[in-house]
Amino acid sequence: MIKVNLLNSNFRLNSLEKNKIKNQIKYYEDSRSVSIEALKIVQKERGWICDEAIFAISKLLGVSVVDIESVATFYNQIFRQPVGKNIIRYCDSIVCFINGYKDIQMLLENILAIKTGETTQDGMFTLLPTCCLGNCDQSPVLMINDDMHFCVTPKLIPNLLDSYK
Amino acid sequence: MKKILCTSETHPLTWWLGDNHNNTIWITEYRNKNGYKAAEKVCKNFNPIDVINIVKDSKLKGRGGAGFLTGNKWSLMPQYEKGVNRYLICNADEMEPGTYKDKFLMEHIPHQLIEGLLISSFALQVSRAYIFLRGEYVQAEKILNRAISEAKELGFLGKNIFGSKFTLDIVIHSGAGRYICGEETALINSLEGKRANPRYKPPFPAMVGLWGKPTCVNNVETLSNIPSIILNGVNWYKNLSKSNDTGTKLMGFSGRVKCPGLWELPFGITANELLHNYAQGMKKGLTLKAWLPGGAGTGFLTPEHLNVTMEFSSISNVGSRLGTGLAMAIDNTFSMVSIVLNLEKFFSRESCGLCTPCRDGLPWTVKILKMLEKKRGHENYITLLEELCNQLNTGRTFCAHAPGAVAPIKSAIKYFRSDFEAGLLKNKL
Repeated sequence: MIKVNLLNSNFRLNSLEKNKIKNQIKYYEDSRSVSIEALKIVQKERGWICDEAIFAISKLLGVSVVDIESVATFYNQIFRQPVGKNIIRYCDSIVCFINGYKDIQMLLENILAIKTGETTQDGMFTLLPTCCLGNCDQSPVLMINDDMHFCVTPKLIPNLLDSYK
Repeated sequence: MKKILCTSETHPLTWWLGDNHNNTIWITEYRNKNGYKAAEKVCKNFNPIDVINIVKDSKLKGRGGAGFLTGNKWSLMPQYEKGVNRYLICNADEMEPGTYKDKFLMEHIPHQLIEGLLISSFALQVSRAYIFLRGEYVQAEKILNRAISEAKELGFLGKNIFGSKFTLDIVIHSGAGRYICGEETALINSLEGKRANPRYKPPFPAMVGLWGKPTCVNNVETLSNIPSIILNGVNWYKNLSKSNDTGTKLMGFSGRVKCPGLWELPFGITANELLHNYAQGMKKGLTLKAWLPGGAGTGFLTPEHLNVTMEFSSISNVGSRLGTGLAMAIDNTFSMVSIVLNLEKFFSRESCGLCTPCRDGLPWTVKILKMLEKKRGHENYITLLEELCNQLNTGRTFCAHAPGAVAPIKSAIKYFRSDFEAGLLKNKL
C-alpha cells in the first residue's frame, strides 16, 4: 500500500528563517541559487527538512517544489528525516583508513548501539561517514557538529561523547 | 620538520607564517609585509590585458589537479561587453582524499586569496567573485568572512578600489557536501541551486557559465599565486622552480610517515626528498609499499618511482598524475585490495549518478573488490576489473570522475597483481 503523508497546514517558516533566506537573494542573479542555503538555514533551526519545509521554501523563493526536493535529496548535508541532537561524522577516506578509522567506527557503533546512518534511541547522536575532512596530518579525524577532533584514539571516545550529552 | 628559511623570495605562498604554522595573518600584518601592494599596482597602473599577459608569461598552471595553464584559461574569456555580467569563481570545494592545501591557505593567509581574487577579477573584468567553499570547512568560512570585512573596511573591496573605476565584491557560497561539486561545471550548477551534475563541454564556462554568462573557475592555490607574480615579476617566478613547471607548490606526505604534513616546495624536487627530508621517512618498522602522488584520483606508484620529480610532466611520464601534489604513503602492512576498496567505496558513493557507466560501474568495482578482500573472488574477477577500468575510462563517461576513480585500480593491478590473485578462490567454482 502506498503511504501518504498529509502535510501539516499549520507549518510556517519563522521570521528569522524568512529574513535570513531573503537576505541571501541579493547575492545572486536568480533566487534558485539560494535553495541550498535556504535548506541549510531551515535545517539549522529545526534539525532536519520536513516535507512542509520543502513547500515553504519553494513558495518563498518562487522555485518549484520538485526543484527544491531534488536538491534536498542530492546533497548529503541536508537531512530529509529526523536526526539526533549531535551529528557525528567520522572520516572514512584513505588516510584515516590507513590510520585506523574502522576501530573508531566500531567503538562508536558499540557505545551508541547504532549502525552508521542511524540515530540513538534517546535522540542524542546520529552517526555518519564523511569523506576527507582535510586534516590528514592529524588523522584519524572526527567532526561532531561543527567541531573537529584530531588524532582520535578509541580511548578518547567515551569522554568525548560525554562532553556532548 | 626540516628547518627551512622562508622568505618572500623563496616561499611566496607561505613565508608570511614563518616558523609558526598555527596563526592566521590578519590585515595589519599582511599589509606590513607588502600585502595588497600587488593589487594597488594593478589597479593604478595596469590594463586588464597586461595582467592576463603577465600570468600567461609566468606559465602558472592550475593547482586544482588538472594543471591547465591559468593564463590560457583566462584568455578564453570573451571580450568585455557592457551590461553583460561576468563571473570569477574560486573553487574552494576541496574534498579530494588526502588533500588539505586549500584549507591551509584559507585558514592561515586569507588575504593572499582575497588579493589574488582582486587582481584576477580586475584582469577578467569581473565585478563579482564567488568563493565556492566546502560546507564542512566551518573554520575557513569564519576566517574568510572576517578577512573580507577587514578588506571592505579599508576599501580594498567595494567601489573604486585604489581610486580606480574597478569595483568588486566577493561572496562566500558554502556548499552542502558532494565531492562532484569540485568539477567546474558541476560547481556552476551547484551555485545555481541545482544538483551538482556536470555539464556538457563545449560550450566552456568561459563562454556559457554561471547563469549563462562568461565565467572563470580557478582553484584557491592558483589564485593565491597571483599577487607574488605581479609583485616580483615573471622571471623571478620562473626561477623559483627546478623544472618546466613554474613557481612553487604546496606538497605533502601523509599516511604512516614520521612527520606527515605539507610544505611549500619548488616544482622539480624528487618524491624521495619529499618523503625523507620533509616527512622524515616511514614510521619505525614499516616500509613503503606504494604511494599516490596527489589525491585519490591518481595512479599508484612504487618505491622505485621515488626518484621521479614532483612536476606535472614527469609524474605523467611514469603513468600517474601530479594531481594536487599531496602524496600518500601506503605501507607494507596493507593489501592493495583493501586500499583500493576504500578508494572505490569513496568514488562510488560520490558519483553524481548522471551517466550510467559511472553510476553502475563504480559500485560494481566495489562489489568485486569486496569479494577479493574476503578471498572469495571468482577466477575471472581480475580480468573483469580490468575490463571495467576500460569501460570507465576517459571518453566513456560524462566527466573525469570515473576515469579518476579507475586510475588507482589499474595501477594497483599493474604493480601488485599478486595481492589481487591472493583474493581469488583457491578452488575453482
